Amino acid sequence: MRRRTFTKLLGATAATAALGRFGLARADEPFKAGFVYVGPVADFGWSHQHDLGRQAAVKALGDKLKTTYVESVKEGPDSERVIRELATAGNGIIFTTSFGFMNPTIKVAKQFPKVKFEHATGYKRADNVATYNIRFYEGRYVQGVIAGKMSKSGVVGYIGSVPIPEVVMGMNAFIRGMHTVNPQGKIKLVWINGWYDPGKESDAAKALIDQGADIIAQHTDSAAPLQVAEQRGVKGFGQASDMIKFAPKAQLTSSVDHWDEYYTQRIQAAMDGSWKTQDIWGGLKIGMLHMAPWTNMPDDVAQAAQAAQNGIEDGSIVIFKGPINDQSGKVKVADGAQLSDDDILGMNWLAEGIEGTLPQ
Amino acid sequence: MSGVSWLVPVILSVISASTPLLLAATGELVTEKSGVLNLGIEGMMLLGAIIGFAVTLTTGSAILGIIAAAGAGIAMAFVFGVLTLLLLANQVAAGLALTIFGTGLSALIGKSFVGNAVPVLPKLNLPILSSLPFIGPILFQQDALVYASFLLLVLVGWFLYRTHAGLVLRAVGDSHEAAHAIGYPVIAIRFGAVLFGGMTSGLAGAYMSLVYTPMWAENMTAGRGWIALALVVFSTWRPARLLLGAYLFGGISILQIYVQSMGLPIPSQFLSMLPYLATVLVLVLISRDRSRIRLNAPACLGRPFHATG
Repeated sequence: MRRRTFTKLLGATAATAALGRFGLARADEPFKAGFVYVGPVADFGWSHQHDLGRQAAVKALGDKLKTTYVESVKEGPDSERVIRELATAGNGIIFTTSFGFMNPTIKVAKQFPKVKFEHATGYKRADNVATYNIRFYEGRYVQGVIAGKMSKSGVVGYIGSVPIPEVVMGMNAFIRGMHTVNPQGKIKLVWINGWYDPGKESDAAKALIDQGADIIAQHTDSAAPLQVAEQRGVKGFGQASDMIKFAPKAQLTSSVDHWDEYYTQRIQAAMDGSWKTQDIWGGLKIGMLHMAPWTNMPDDVAQAAQAAQNGIEDGSIVIFKGPINDQSGKVKVADGAQLSDDDILGMNWLAEGIEGTLPQ
Repeated sequence: MSGVSWLVPVILSVISASTPLLLAATGELVTEKSGVLNLGIEGMMLLGAIIGFAVTLTTGSAILGIIAAAGAGIAMAFVFGVLTLLLLANQVAAGLALTIFGTGLSALIGKSFVGNAVPVLPKLNLPILSSLPFIGPILFQQDALVYASFLLLVLVGWFLYRTHAGLVLRAVGDSHEAAHAIGYPVIAIRFGAVLFGGMTSGLAGAYMSLVYTPMWAENMTAGRGWIALALVVFSTWRPARLLLGAYLFGGISILQIYVQSMGLPIPSQFLSMLPYLATVLVLVLISRDRSRIRLNAPACLGRPFHATG
């Protein structure tokens, strides 16, 4: 009896040692987490913010964690190779941070059932694949409130990237916010059909200002439109990160993506084994989205902006609650009705007050 | 004047959209006229953009920045020249490599400069002319690089068609064997043309990072080097047509944005492709007369030269 226990014990120890040799977590070795970025970490926008999140996790978890990141990874087949390499290298959790990494992530996740995967902005999940995203449109509603107060011409110039629901919901949220303070407010819209072309973005900003816009909002990634606003003496909003350095006199605020706590929590969960697949779409309330300081505006506007933010956080403001009309004046959301998350995620119509077309 | 005053900002935007294209294409035209095809414009522009930006930011002098950007373009072109003219590497492959190299190197250097801004290059105002209505702001309130783009183009036109040296350069591009047999230093002439191309690409990059969008962002040229390359073919290697092409392209890309902001119901994807469509159309029209293209196209374009006698 005693002997059998001893043998069993011996076997268990040997098994543990063997497992350790094959790369599974051993107590004295740090836990490994991998990150895949679509842009350079120095893009001062989307990927930059993800990397700040990674750094925050490293800071919070210290020696217990070792992270690896791969930047400027093209969406598509190339990303599958990168994700697989990270999985093979013994990373316990891998964050893939662009929509186009969705299918490669799912594919690699099937081959590595022990590794946890987290895919940002996607909709495909599995037992070891969670998804996470930010309600960016909440920030745009707050921006709309500020624009409604600040604009003298009542015209906001809006630079659209590509016509997908993510961008459309942001625009509609913006005009919803604007209309709470200026029901006559208008958005003039220009699509540049791309996410990133500083030259084109600044051309669009100039054209919109020439058309009477005195506030510039953007859903593109560079700080160029804000710079134009600064030069032309109008106001604007930053994108993804605080861009005040580019436009000290023009930036009103900026919606800042904030992944710090999320990354720390999820890595911690993967470390202690409590990780479960989930789908999270968080916003201002849980701090995944921050608003940069209210700048270049009078106190009453700052108060209105803060009130809008507080309202979204405590749930007293529901952005997509009827009545909402579309561009042609047709009722899209009936009085008192409320759009579900699925409706918002599939949004393909422009709200009343937006001048421009939505290419179908 | 108020009737046309709305045109002024439109034309100003067109000028700023066209200037980098014109600068880069002018240099490439000379390079190609000498018989060398350099596909590395995009890479040279990017390196010019970051070096120009970095030097301007650290020294506070835009003039030093512009000189450094031109130098960066020349340095890149030098590498290309050594590879293709001295070591006889394939020009297409070397040019593509130069673009990829320039993209990566500029990103590496630029890492610590992201998130900074420099003041826009000052406009050079002329005493009376600048205050003229309409034409004042358009013609006489531009920055040094815009004037340089026109000046360089005129100089290149004069050089190629009115000077002996230009004739020799064209001869080298048309038949390097014949030029060599007469005793002209083919490699040296081509090297000079390649370096000139590098310089203007560097200037085009400086225009991007000091005027167009006065900041550094990775890959900020966003394909303009390739447009410049296409414009040289579009112009059928004639400087005057290069000017037309650059401003046609710049003009339509600005126009499509104004059309959108005016709310005209035209699909934005269609408008986005309009500059390219127009370029292709004009190209088709021009190339109907094949003999005229052959007249201007450098016959030895892209062919390596090895002096074996």
